[in-house]
Amino acid sequence: MLKDVLRILENDARTTTKQIATMTGTPVAEVTKLIKQAEKDKLILKYKTIVNWDRIEDDQVWAIIEVKVAPEPEAGFDSIASRIAQFGQVRSLYLASGTYDLLLVVMGKSERQVADFVSENLAHIEGVKGTVTHFVLKRYKVDGEILEGGEGVKRQPVIL
Amino acid sequence: MSARKSEHSRKKEKIVSDRVNRLSPSGIRKFFDLLASIEGVISLGVGEPDFATPWHISEAAVRSLERGYTMYTSNSGMPELREETARYLKDKYNIKYEPSGEILITVGVSEAMDLAMRAILNPGDEVIMPDPHYVAYDSCVILAGGEPVLVPTSQENNFEVEAKDIEARITDKTRAILIGYPANPTGAVMSRKKLLAIADVAKRHNLLVVSDEIYARLVYGVEHTCFASLPGVRENTILLGGFSKAYAMTGWRIGYAVAPKEIITAMTKIHQYTIMSAPTMAQVAAIEALKTGESSVMEMVEDYDRRRKIIVKGLGDIGLSCFEPKGAFYAFPSIAVTGMTSEDFSEKLLMEEKVAVVPGSAFGDCGEGYVRCCYATSLADIEEALTRMKRFVKKYSK
Repeated sequence: MLKDVLRILENDARTTTKQIATMTGTPVAEVTKLIKQAEKDKLILKYKTIVNWDRIEDDQVWAIIEVKVAPEPEAGFDSIASRIAQFGQVRSLYLASGTYDLLLVVMGKSERQVADFVSENLAHIEGVKGTVTHFVLKRYKVDGEILEGGEGVKRQPVIL
Repeated sequence: MSARKSEHSRKKEKIVSDRVNRLSPSGIRKFFDLLASIEGVISLGVGEPDFATPWHISEAAVRSLERGYTMYTSNSGMPELREETARYLKDKYNIKYEPSGEILITVGVSEAMDLAMRAILNPGDEVIMPDPHYVAYDSCVILAGGEPVLVPTSQENNFEVEAKDIEARITDKTRAILIGYPANPTGAVMSRKKLLAIADVAKRHNLLVVSDEIYARLVYGVEHTCFASLPGVRENTILLGGFSKAYAMTGWRIGYAVAPKEIITAMTKIHQYTIMSAPTMAQVAAIEALKTGESSVMEMVEDYDRRRKIIVKGLGDIGLSCFEPKGAFYAFPSIAVTGMTSEDFSEKLLMEEKVAVVPGSAFGDCGEGYVRCCYATSLADIEEALTRMKRFVKKYSK
């Protein structure tokens, strides 16, 4: 039940409580309660919109940054990761397997700003041993949504 | 002069065969021509998924084109597709069909239905089918020289067809019973018990049963019973199925017929002279669908179910009472509250509120007083359609 509600909201955060109640065959009050509790439990973190900013402004620069770090004896990667996560520019942060440890997705207003973040902020954090920055040239798909060319289904007016 | 004229018109009439002249002129055709000319219409009229084919399925077909799979296949269809179909039917319903000899890959269930009727009917043979029913059923029978015999069904019985009503219409000309559940246009699903009763009638009177199960995967909260899986009916059953609805593959035109060898051999004979083989790339896509499409089907079914609940409740709330359709993607509400015929209702609703539904009368006399609403469209469109219909029903309620 809770999972059903979460899946519906994850797909469309604007689905109303009443709609969810009908869809899941649950009383409205029960759905409201479930959602409230999920928000409280941080199962639902935030309701957001996927915007295709590329269409209306060009002062957005995205970069993917690989970071090699020296894990701390007690806290491993977690404490250094939580420090990096504090920066507003960091939109996503993952611990990854492979030749580097942390993978950051960073957004800035210019390449300069992203470069500054790497040299001024990231590089100064204790434990950071090296970084590789990849500037994003074009975003095609974000959080499961295709940004351009997703024209939807081409239905013909048929009758049967 | 006038004699010559009538001679002329008689000749003109003869251009088209009597058989085709008998087919009901599609009343909905003009209706949909109208629809195409109006801007901003929300259509609940189209009977197909609003999803695009899951990409991994399309990709398999693209790859096959790149690799040069552009020739005919065996008349009966690619061996691998027949094997996968056999495996699927075994896994799903525990029925066994021989990939070579008992399975034929067709251009959708539409072709399979046509083949089945042409393979089994002699002129004048009767085929018993429920009313209302999918528009092609009676046409296929007529085109094959047979006579459709209709069994009325109603909302009171959830549009399920009763074995005793079928039995009452059996004559010495009856050749087959044609059923299609989950049903288009009603969304009705038959219980196993009622199907068993039909199986019993078929066995006692030695009738064939043609079961169109194209909507088999689209059921909500109930199990689909495959007619061929009932005890003792295998030899009497022609099971038709396909990929259009479950895998959102309507445009690929790919389906199948399974039946005892004698029938499939006869159907294949017609198929090889009229079609050759189903489109090769669509067959490749169908193989992929059977192998890896299950999770996509489940996701789509979950999504349809949510919209189903919204539309059924919404229709009820605005006074268009609707039995709960447990299958396919149609709601079939009664429009009795407006006192209009279903064609009137549909046309006025289209002109005044720009919502397209299909008049129930298009599916048979027993569909009169109902309209078919397909909910395979976005939730936002369903909600907007309901808002418009509410205004409309309020205006015309008696």
